[in-house]
Amino acid sequence: MTLLDCLRDNLGLTGAHAGCEHGVCGACTILIDGVAVRACLMFAVQADGVAITTIEGLSPGPGELSVLQDAFCETHGLQCGYCTPAMILAAHALLAANPAPTRDDIVEAISGNICRCTGYAQIVEAIALAAERMRGANVPPETARGGSP
Amino acid sequence: MSRFRFVSSDRRVREDRRFVVGKGRFAADVMPSGTHHVALVTSPHPAARIVVDKRAALAMPGVAYVLDGRELAAATQPLAAGLDTPQVPRRPLAVDVARYAGEWVAAVVADTRARAEDAAEHVQVIYDPLPFVLDAEEALAPTSPPVHAEHGSNVLLDRTFVWGDVEGDFAASPHRLALRVKWGRSSTVPIETFGVVASWDPWRELLDVWASIQMPKFPDQLAAALRLPGSSVRVHNDVDVGGSYGVKRGIKHAVLVGYLSRRLGLPVRLIEDRLENMQGGDAHGPERLFDVEVAFDDAGVIRSLKMQALDNVGAYAGRSPFQLGKPVGAIVGPYRIASVQYRAIAVTTNKTVQEAVRAFGQSPTNYAIERTIDEVANRLGLDRLEVRRRNLIRRDEFPYTIPSGTTYDSGDYHAVIDKVLARTGYGELIEARDRLRADGRLAGLGIAACLEPSGGNSAFEPLLNPKNTTTTWMDSCRISVDLSGAITATMHTSSSGQGHETLVGTAIGEVLEVDPDRIRVVRPDSLESLPSNSPVGSRMAIMLGGAAFHAAHKLKAKLIAIAAHDLGIPPDRAIYREGGVCDAATPERRLGWPDLVTIAHRQFHRLPPDVEPGLSVSHVMQVPTGGTLPTADGRVQMYPCFSFEFHLVLLAIDPELGRTEIARYLVGHDCGTVINPKIVRGMTMGGIAHGIGAALYEEFAHDEHGQLVTQTFMDYVMPSSHEVPPVEIVHHATPSPHTVFGQKGSGESGYLGAPAAIASAVNDALRPLGISVNRTPIKMAWLSDLIAEVKARS
Repeated sequence: MTLLDCLRDNLGLTGAHAGCEHGVCGACTILIDGVAVRACLMFAVQADGVAITTIEGLSPGPGELSVLQDAFCETHGLQCGYCTPAMILAAHALLAANPAPTRDDIVEAISGNICRCTGYAQIVEAIALAAERMRGANVPPETARGGSP
Repeated sequence: MSRFRFVSSDRRVREDRRFVVGKGRFAADVMPSGTHHVALVTSPHPAARIVVDKRAALAMPGVAYVLDGRELAAATQPLAAGLDTPQVPRRPLAVDVARYAGEWVAAVVADTRARAEDAAEHVQVIYDPLPFVLDAEEALAPTSPPVHAEHGSNVLLDRTFVWGDVEGDFAASPHRLALRVKWGRSSTVPIETFGVVASWDPWRELLDVWASIQMPKFPDQLAAALRLPGSSVRVHNDVDVGGSYGVKRGIKHAVLVGYLSRRLGLPVRLIEDRLENMQGGDAHGPERLFDVEVAFDDAGVIRSLKMQALDNVGAYAGRSPFQLGKPVGAIVGPYRIASVQYRAIAVTTNKTVQEAVRAFGQSPTNYAIERTIDEVANRLGLDRLEVRRRNLIRRDEFPYTIPSGTTYDSGDYHAVIDKVLARTGYGELIEARDRLRADGRLAGLGIAACLEPSGGNSAFEPLLNPKNTTTTWMDSCRISVDLSGAITATMHTSSSGQGHETLVGTAIGEVLEVDPDRIRVVRPDSLESLPSNSPVGSRMAIMLGGAAFHAAHKLKAKLIAIAAHDLGIPPDRAIYREGGVCDAATPERRLGWPDLVTIAHRQFHRLPPDVEPGLSVSHVMQVPTGGTLPTADGRVQMYPCFSFEFHLVLLAIDPELGRTEIARYLVGHDCGTVINPKIVRGMTMGGIAHGIGAALYEEFAHDEHGQLVTQTFMDYVMPSSHEVPPVEIVHHATPSPHTVFGQKGSGESGYLGAPAAIASAVNDALRPLGISVNRTPIKMAWLSDLIAEVKARS
């Protein structure tokens, strides 16, 4: 069983989506020990002992959004929402490693996630906006990001 | 300052909140208890007689059923066809003959998808290969093997329209030019494949359906195919659709699982994997060969146009041949061309079935028109932009009726171009191009204009099928105010990312002068819905926004009537403001929102005599303009509103690798009044990205054996963030006189203009080599071979 099927079917974590199931589109992206990984290319048993973060783990609480999630809403960095959880997780991993990414850094970080709706512009802006807000936040960075992986 | 409170302001899109936390509810997230899963057996041959032996598969663990085409055909009606072609029946599973590689020949149902897939490998199918045809021109020949023998040929449609004195205009013009261009088989390819879940309740006699659809009249088509009354099919419109852009028709999938659910008494679902999707799902788009001829004068002013479009629709036809009909409504693009001859031909071949794609055939047509304009300029040695300026319809000519009978509502095309060039001078861009050339690269400046017909009225149906008398294509909205005073509004289709809930909230908030975010927008199921079509034809801002607007006005009128009666004043003295109504003569005499709600819901004795209690109103909106059948010579009002875009692209090509790089992308955009700037920008950007893909990367390619060779995302390459450049959008607003806020459609323009603009840039880059390319996609490897060949020759 793939890790993606296990997350969706056994654990009810349906925020991870199947797109191509051959590792190209990135819609199934999750974080493993903080690193963006394709859940369709891993068996569930291979995840024994690692820390997994899915989109369900990013919101600070019921009805609340992380800074990054809120930035996606502010710039409308999505349309149909199918690639969005994966895109946000890829961006989350980027911002955890690089709090001041350039446009090229952002483009590179999401280049493994295909979005068919937006043409990427408002996604890139969302990530840049989140980075700016998180840098300026008067709170510990991990809190601003909505919890560590 | 805007004349609106909420319309055109930069408000958030309400749908976004559920998606950024992973709480969208897509078809694959719906899993009723006991759901069984379908896997498909597909034909490896482009044409073959088939005999299906189910026995081995039925013996596999977990298998509940194996269905073949014969059983399904006996129990259901063929799927609805657009054209009057009764001898080309389309069914979910092949019956005795498979007609393309990838066609579904059997469906296996098991308790898990994995077990269904395992069992699918044990369905024994004996294939007896038949002759096949892949190329549209070959299919047109009388000697070609007919894909449907009973139909007698491969020609589904061959109609020639003549509007105006074409031969006279050609004879009177000093110049003429002929051009052949090919639009390759690409599509929209949403990241979510198609998915559907059906659950039959034999005691209620009700089929519940959750599907990832963007299909007009889906519940009606499904019920008809399953031989059920419409009231026995309940389609849930509150399923989020993970992208569609036209293709998610899903009728064959839904008929298949609907039948299986009834047959087995179990919930059954089919979630395509990517291979099923690309081979045999509703995945492919137009593949079209254009022969264009134009007559023009010394100044490059085009008098007349002859266009022949030959479309390869694949093995069966649903609505796809209508994609030759919609371009009739903008057959001259934004240009003043006095007469037109248009021949539209649709042929069947042994390829995957074509479905609707963003702009419904208009993007290939626009590519052909724009390539032709470039060639007219090149022939005369004139500047390509100047030739466009000379041919564009001028502001003072609107409303402007084109030869095919459609009247364009409004526009100021020259102003849009001027605005773009005010951002960056034309000379500056040419200098930038020449600097790239001086660096040893091939560089070109691409220019393209386009129109986005919007407010879809489906007038191509009666145009291309005389038995079809459709003249309405309504959409609807209902607004209810409950006893607490809260407002709930409805829409009656699913959405695939267009922000329709935001649209409805904004339109109602604008009319009622209340915060749109306080208005809940829901999607009743199909049995609770008002008549509506679907978010196709760039229509929802106009039609759903319009329905919401008119319903809100009905509600407002009712509130005014109640208040006037209660205040004892004539209604024209009652003034509505922000939810309350006061007496114009004595403004302190005022009934607030809670007062009005209480009267309506509880106090019949205070209601005017002719007013129903409660606060619920609805509006079913007819498409503005049109509403009549086409004339005998095929003149018709196709869609009411016409958005305009102007694209300018600076592109460089690596002369060794053929790799293209977009150095600059500017677009002027006029969709009338923008209702939500974030949504319109996203649609424009997404359309351009999609158009870049169609121009440079994407193709469903077949080998000579009829096998699809682009079966994964490794071969069917879509633009990533690296391939889509920053785009500078310049807005201009020419409101439409036909719509409630002056809005026009905005979902297609990017995709309408980008392929033509990119092709224009590539051809400008190749001009110094003395060559041109007249096909899409212009793939890197193909381009580098072409350049190498030319260089070797010289």
